[in-house]
Amino acid sequence: MEITLGPLQYFWEKEQVLAFYKDVCEWPVGRVYLGETVCSKRRQLKLDDWLGIAEQLQAAGKTVVLSTLALLESASDLAMLRRICDNGRFTVEANDMAAVHRLSELGRPFTTGPLFNIYNALTLKELIDCGLERWTLPLELSGNDLSAILGQADELGLTGRFTTEVFVWGMMPLAVSARCFTARAHNLPKDQCQFVCKDYPDGLAVHNQEGERVFTLNGIQTQSGRCLNLLGDVSGIQKRGAQAVRVSPQAEGTHEVILALKGKPGEGTDSEWVRGNNTCQGYWHGTAGMVPMADITP
Amino acid sequence: MELVCPAGSLPALKAAVDNGADAVYIGFRDDTNARHFAGLNFNDNKARKALDYASNKGVKVLVAINTYPRPGGWSRWTSAADLAIDLGAHAVIAADPGVLGYVRDKHADIRLHLSVQASSTNLGSLSFYKERFGVSRAVLPRVLSLSQVQALAKNSPVELEVFAFGSLCIMAEGRCWLSSYLTSESPNTVGACSPAKYVRWEESESSMNTRLNGVLIDRFAPDERAGYPTLCKGRYEVNGKLQHALEEPTSLNTIALIPQLEQAGIRAVKIEGRQRSPAYTAEVTRVWREALNTYKANPNGFAPRDEWQSTLAGLSEGCQTTLGAYHRAWQ
Repeated sequence: MEITLGPLQYFWEKEQVLAFYKDVCEWPVGRVYLGETVCSKRRQLKLDDWLGIAEQLQAAGKTVVLSTLALLESASDLAMLRRICDNGRFTVEANDMAAVHRLSELGRPFTTGPLFNIYNALTLKELIDCGLERWTLPLELSGNDLSAILGQADELGLTGRFTTEVFVWGMMPLAVSARCFTARAHNLPKDQCQFVCKDYPDGLAVHNQEGERVFTLNGIQTQSGRCLNLLGDVSGIQKRGAQAVRVSPQAEGTHEVILALKGKPGEGTDSEWVRGNNTCQGYWHGTAGMVPMADITP
Repeated sequence: MELVCPAGSLPALKAAVDNGADAVYIGFRDDTNARHFAGLNFNDNKARKALDYASNKGVKVLVAINTYPRPGGWSRWTSAADLAIDLGAHAVIAADPGVLGYVRDKHADIRLHLSVQASSTNLGSLSFYKERFGVSRAVLPRVLSLSQVQALAKNSPVELEVFAFGSLCIMAEGRCWLSSYLTSESPNTVGACSPAKYVRWEESESSMNTRLNGVLIDRFAPDERAGYPTLCKGRYEVNGKLQHALEEPTSLNTIALIPQLEQAGIRAVKIEGRQRSPAYTAEVTRVWREALNTYKANPNGFAPRDEWQSTLAGLSEGCQTTLGAYHRAWQ
């Protein structure tokens, strides 16, 4: 089973980002997604900076994929997308149809991320015709849904033409908006946000009035309140036909989780990030996403 | 601009038609559309009556088949598309590429409108849907500012329809899974956000608690009007401060933007609310018809009338309205 590292969802200091990916060079991951996927205002790393990181990772033997914005609203967003799609060296993860449009024009194969709505194999077929070679199961779909989609893909003669990836660990990106909720929490308008999201390397917690963590704010993105943790389901994920599992970078725990996935006991398996309080498994098991394994009746 | 109005029932459709809608959009009685609520929507027979009534008065009927089918339910979506074609509907409103491809391959004499659930917000995406599926019109998500809408309209390869009035979805539609995170059901999969069957109202002497699948969404004092627990409109604690962390209970109202939208070349304005009563449909349609006619009669002298605004505010969530994302400061 291939282990992949998803794009960094948060806005970290540039030095922190560079140091993080320097470490990743040594980690047992085969494939790394790079780039800003959340907010077009986060520009402290230029495309050339990302390409520099990409080269380091490639030199360390990783497959590098450039990821792209999920919500493109302006001509400048599209221009940046075009530069990424046209880079000519690394494949691209599409998180919006605009990327599919450009990549299919260029005849370049692509991957789709977890925010990309693929709910059936007829959709997969349309996208394979445009160059899709790998997709990530949408977060809200279950193991049974995955089996059904792959079964339908088989009936359509698509087997062997694509790779399936499943998001297994990290805060789940569950919504995108025009509004910046982190700025709103600070009573700042988006246009004068002062990049307050930088103060929250793992996002800003949202609790309800009973103290239950319900969501996490990350700029214009709203994430799950609980961390997804499907480490106990990896063999099931593989049995259902997925070839890769995706870990999403968090400020803490990411390395331990990857080591645990790699099956290096003692190095990661015992850490609290792997066992995880306040984690959830509901979506994969066909129920509400927030539900923890303990509350799921087999 | 065309006035596109919602109908969740035959009486609502008649109300829309009688009050000046240019087009009415409906859905069938299952999870193939994004307002899949108990007691709402049209079976075969009612849909035929709806088509007859509307076409006799020269009003178009659009059929929303705009959720995302999983393989087990695929045939329901194709049956819905077949029925829409058979009824002679003016257009199918769809979001799922599989469904769009199905309608394209039928080569039927029916237009394809890209649903807001496809979350298409830019030229690249709009071009894709036009080139791949032959989409004629796209409904824009409620995430763009007015200047972004204007810029898009300048070069759009398809007709654009924008939201004019109704409940305000603050996320890019089709890309919000918060509802299934809390309840297992989302607009994409079952056609409902914060579904009623998961709602619990808990009244005590000191407060009214509203819950969604057990999770507290809001708590109201006895003198407050308790709103439906739509998950993005609850009061939560962020950095120790209790607030509407995502959005207040409010409705979108863009009647003041009619001149700008018209001048930008927007082809249609959409009223939200298939889940609302025929009286709501009648009132909103009447006000918007009057407003559009008033603009047409005297484009330079257009100003929203107080009577329109107060009528619309009265039909709004929390009795307040906003320009939403159209107004940059809202973002």
